[in-house]
Amino acid sequence: MATANPTMFQASDLNHHNERVQRRYRLLFGLMTLLLITPVMLILGTLVVKGGGAISWEFLLTAPTDGMRTGGVFPALLGTIWLVTVALILSVPIGIFAAIYLSEYAGDNWFTRTINLAIINLAGVPSIVHALFGLGAFVLFFEFGTSILAASLTLAVMTMPVVIVATRESLQAVPQAFREACWNMGATRWQTIRRVVLPNSLTGILTGVILEVSRTAGETAPIMFTGAVFFTPFLPQSVFDQTMALSLHLFVAATQVPGIAEEVPFGVALVLIGLVLTMNSVSIAFRMWLRGKKKW
Amino acid sequence: MVSSSAAAVAGDAVAPADPSRSKLEISNLSIRYGNTVALREVNLTVREHEIFGIIGPANAGKTSLLKAINRMDVFTSGMKVAGEIRFNGRDTSKLSNVYALRSRIGVVFPLPVGLPMTVYDNVALSPRLRGISDKAELDVIVQRCLTRAALWDEVKDRLHALGSLLSGGQQQRLTIARALSQEPDLLMLDEFSIAVDPVTTMRIEDVLKELRQEVTILLVTNLVQQARRLADRTAFFLNGECVEVGITEDLFTGEVKDQRTRDYVEGRFG
Repeated sequence: MATANPTMFQASDLNHHNERVQRRYRLLFGLMTLLLITPVMLILGTLVVKGGGAISWEFLLTAPTDGMRTGGVFPALLGTIWLVTVALILSVPIGIFAAIYLSEYAGDNWFTRTINLAIINLAGVPSIVHALFGLGAFVLFFEFGTSILAASLTLAVMTMPVVIVATRESLQAVPQAFREACWNMGATRWQTIRRVVLPNSLTGILTGVILEVSRTAGETAPIMFTGAVFFTPFLPQSVFDQTMALSLHLFVAATQVPGIAEEVPFGVALVLIGLVLTMNSVSIAFRMWLRGKKKW
Repeated sequence: MVSSSAAAVAGDAVAPADPSRSKLEISNLSIRYGNTVALREVNLTVREHEIFGIIGPANAGKTSLLKAINRMDVFTSGMKVAGEIRFNGRDTSKLSNVYALRSRIGVVFPLPVGLPMTVYDNVALSPRLRGISDKAELDVIVQRCLTRAALWDEVKDRLHALGSLLSGGQQQRLTIARALSQEPDLLMLDEFSIAVDPVTTMRIEDVLKELRQEVTILLVTNLVQQARRLADRTAFFLNGECVEVGITEDLFTGEVKDQRTRDYVEGRFG
């Protein structure tokens, strides 16, 4: 019978060293995470402290008066909801369908690779360039004029890559073995996509939509030339009308209006962030519900 | 239209077992992936209602053969199939409806693939693809297939739990139940016991022995003893070549034509 070596379970210098190094790395990663959320907290905190006082039902539900100095943001709030909704209606179906084609149908050839490269490049084009494209294409060439339609189309083109990439990634996260099992049973590609692939990639697709909502609501440059105006006394009646928008309103209130109360631009920013979070919370809730259901 | 051509592929599915009839005739079959040859000039015949074993080490081309039979080559880029595969007398390369072919052939993979849906939906998927939507009819099919795969007793109280969360051995039997729900003519198993414990392996082997009455079984296995326990006839594959086909017992009692077969069966390599 072997006698246990008494030093067998004693920590060696090497063990101590490894443990110290591991603790240092954990600290580093934790600090980076803290660093990451600090600006978010500071921004939200500043907005609430400085702009919270401006928020009231009256601020949300009335139009600005006295050259933006008093009154509320209602036309801008409504305009941003219009712009985001129309942009989503235009870009989400096209983006998802294109992503399904690229991920599930297209072969790996130069044509597909070119398309993928183009999508990545589209995501990298500065928003002011999209703005000028939108002005040339939608406002002037298609003669939509400066309108919600032209602005939303511009936003849709700009944010489409977000939806495509997010959708494609989440489709490809579904294990290939699931597809092969389904094909082996005699299912067509579409039957496989509908019954196995799509139900299991919905959460990822929704993440893409959430990202797109945030980006669309906040963009200023693309809508400045294509559909948003500093001030209009009329609320939009259709997609062919001009509209005010929160992001542009914030830019104007913060830089172009002398003698404005300091809390107004902060209040506008707070409303904009609140709107984005509200729109996102719907899909986040849906996503959490889905996540509880599906697993492999 | 799908069902009529499915019946055409199935041939006389209701006719009594006739061991002299061939289910699968493979002639001069070669498979390449780009410049790599996976299978070279294979000739063999699988008779109706037999268990046909295929043994051989890795890279012998066994899995490629199964893929080619099920016409999965169209999903595999670079896979080129030459030669002829006749299923129920029909040349599978000339079929216009490969979906009907695949729906007549059940496949079980080395690693169990429980689809990320409920146990019930896993088994009901194939009937639903065929257009069956009647709940009572589906219930009957699901219970029958799970029972035949020796899984019913373990899952009857959680049919609506996720199939992908069952244990490995249960998922493999779920895969078999799913294959049976296709009402297949031919059941192809590709090293099904790799991720399964010995007790479950024996249960599945018992299931296969019973199924022999109804379907033809093509059993690819890396366990030569499994082939000996189950297969009527066995082929030995090596490096893309079908070295030898014979009555299983002959291969194990030394009645072999090729020394390499004897070496493999006796465990001298591989």
